Amino acid sequence: MKTKEEILKSFPKNPDYIIEILHALQDNNPYNYLTPEDIKLCAEYLDLPVSYVEGVASFYSMFSLKPRGRYVIRLCDSPPCHLVGSESLLEYLEKKLKIKVGETTPDRLFTLELTSCLGVCAVAPAMMINDEVYGNLTFEKIDKILEEKRGNL
Amino acid sequence: MPERAHILLCAGAACISAGEESFKSALERELKEAGIYDEVKIIETGCFGTCDLGPVMAIYPEGTFYVKLKPQDAKEIVNEHLLKGRIVERLLVKEPEQKQALPTINDLPFFKNQVRIALRNVGFIDPLNIEEYIARDGYSALAKVLTQMSPEDVISEVKKSGLRGRGGAGFPTGLKWELGRKASGTEKYVVCNADEGDPGAFMDRSIMEGDPHSVIEGMLIGGYAIGAKKGFVYIRAEYPLAIKRLTSALEQARNYGLLGDNILGTDFSFDIEIRIGAGAFVCGEETALIASIEGKRGMPRPRPPFPVNSGLWGKPTVINNVETWANIPPIIINGADWFASYGTEKSKGTKVFALAGKINMTGLIEVPMGITLREVVYNIGGGIPNGKKFKAVQIGGPAGGCIPAEYLDTPIDYESITALGAIMGSGGLIVMDEDNCMVDVAKFFLSFTQDESCGKCVPCRVGTKRMLEILDKITKGEGTEEDLVELEQLAYTVRNTSLCGLGKGAPNPVLTTLKYFRDEYLAHIRDKKCPAKVCTALIHYEVIREECRKCSICFRNCPVGAIYKDEDGTYVIDQSKCTKCGICFQVCPFKAIKKE
Repeated sequence: MKTKEEILKSFPKNPDYIIEILHALQDNNPYNYLTPEDIKLCAEYLDLPVSYVEGVASFYSMFSLKPRGRYVIRLCDSPPCHLVGSESLLEYLEKKLKIKVGETTPDRLFTLELTSCLGVCAVAPAMMINDEVYGNLTFEKIDKILEEKRGNL
Repeated sequence: MPERAHILLCAGAACISAGEESFKSALERELKEAGIYDEVKIIETGCFGTCDLGPVMAIYPEGTFYVKLKPQDAKEIVNEHLLKGRIVERLLVKEPEQKQALPTINDLPFFKNQVRIALRNVGFIDPLNIEEYIARDGYSALAKVLTQMSPEDVISEVKKSGLRGRGGAGFPTGLKWELGRKASGTEKYVVCNADEGDPGAFMDRSIMEGDPHSVIEGMLIGGYAIGAKKGFVYIRAEYPLAIKRLTSALEQARNYGLLGDNILGTDFSFDIEIRIGAGAFVCGEETALIASIEGKRGMPRPRPPFPVNSGLWGKPTVINNVETWANIPPIIINGADWFASYGTEKSKGTKVFALAGKINMTGLIEVPMGITLREVVYNIGGGIPNGKKFKAVQIGGPAGGCIPAEYLDTPIDYESITALGAIMGSGGLIVMDEDNCMVDVAKFFLSFTQDESCGKCVPCRVGTKRMLEILDKITKGEGTEEDLVELEQLAYTVRNTSLCGLGKGAPNPVLTTLKYFRDEYLAHIRDKKCPAKVCTALIHYEVIREECRKCSICFRNCPVGAIYKDEDGTYVIDQSKCTKCGICFQVCPFKAIKKE
């Protein structure tokens, strides 16, 4: 794992790169979020007010300011997925993980989120876990995927 | 030694999600086992377009097209097809009506009826190998432009081709370039808008994943034409595979001297940088996109000034979307007249559409403008699955509209679609059948735009919220006819007064469903019924006692414990606890649960 200083230094000291820097800091955190320290370091590095950096971080839905699970499940909530039953998958995931959207399991393994279109509408309903896309979801397929992720530990 | 076969294996995001990687390793293992690993070349390509059938592959020289591949199929393909030359019938596509197997890729109506310009290489080449792009005339348009054409020549050729922006608004591309060239200032930029976010649209993702160099070459030509030295590709973070492949393509282009200083020995210098979004739909709007590249909150600003005059850092900036850029090289190579020979009077060339929803062949197609919706849905898309009835097609994403069956013969071009109250948009086609409730669809699209509204202007921020509340009331069976009047009025206000395209387009799904499916709204209001049985407040589930086999599957799957066993062991749903999630209805193997 890189140190925060190393991450910052890999980007030009230019405010344009703020989103890239925030992505890199968040990806580096085992709990997939931006700590108050990250925001402060980024602000200092780019010579921007902390409020500005926090403003940018809170605007974009992919940045989280609170800890998340190791695996962030993003269930696609767009109309093509909705039409083929993503809503019942959401209920199923909530029941299975015993959490609601936006929450993290107590073992800090999974966070459940909704996302706008993942662009794999042809294999709807779909979800993404971290960087991996899963399509043609059914209850059984979700069971299998979650087991697989649990087994990875 | 020449190979005995080339296997093109689709490695688009949809096929990967369907298990392409494990099939590939099984195939490699079997090839080694059979001792012909060195005689067969596997090429992982971009999206074939037949996403519904994934994972898919084509074996050349014949072009045999195998679908829905599983790792256990690999052995049979190697032993039968590759060793003995016998086609594996069971893995071919079956024609839906005739049940006849179609051996090669060219036999499929899905491919036969397409004209591929923007998608010319997608699914045919290895996107990670620049040589394959070059072998298919790649970068020869750039060479032609740099050695034989002045920037003005390029602009006039693009203008003559009639190409219009493929991202939504359909602004003439050549004209935009001309404005960019004439704009004052020496520092200029070109931008590729790859923040494809319209639900149901995934052509830009597929082009970047399957043929990233076509976008790079298009941007190089655009940069030369307007006098820019620098380009940006703004990609949404939801597309990690596209980011990976484009990054690799940029590196290769740099290594080949196709990006950087003095390209192809001329005095033209140009480079491209990728910028990644972070999950904000509104950043697809060009002024919001600019703000995001500049490292700000991605909020739009009023236009004018337009980005061609004042864009990135206040400098002239030409922004086109992925599909538009990918169209540029073929226009330069084959000429404007060739391109303009496709399409209609005002909408030239082809358009890529993403088929999703209730249609047999979901996936990606490219067709000449002017083709009718019916041809797309039935001839190419194979019609509606399970013998259901077509109800509507939603075109143009959340700013688009729902077009009903009586307009299926409308030609697809910018003007005709707009006349129906929808927009061409980026080309997402979501097909709906009799099981879809149009009020629910309108509500769903609106909740999407409401959620994605950046909050800067009042009509979009508050107006869409109020509209959504009315729709919510109606779907709960609590709406009145006055609500419909108010809904319509609000919709026009939001449309006319919002700052950017997101707010201006947001009411379209509501307005078109009100126009074409008013009876469904009235059924919710007057009869308190959802004709399609979708709106949960207006339906309920019941166990059909005679059909119940007491298997307990519904009981075990009910998330709220609303199902119990009565004296004789039959299951019963407690209506007071039921949340109408429909899980029992889906899991019952005996169809013993009814929805009313």
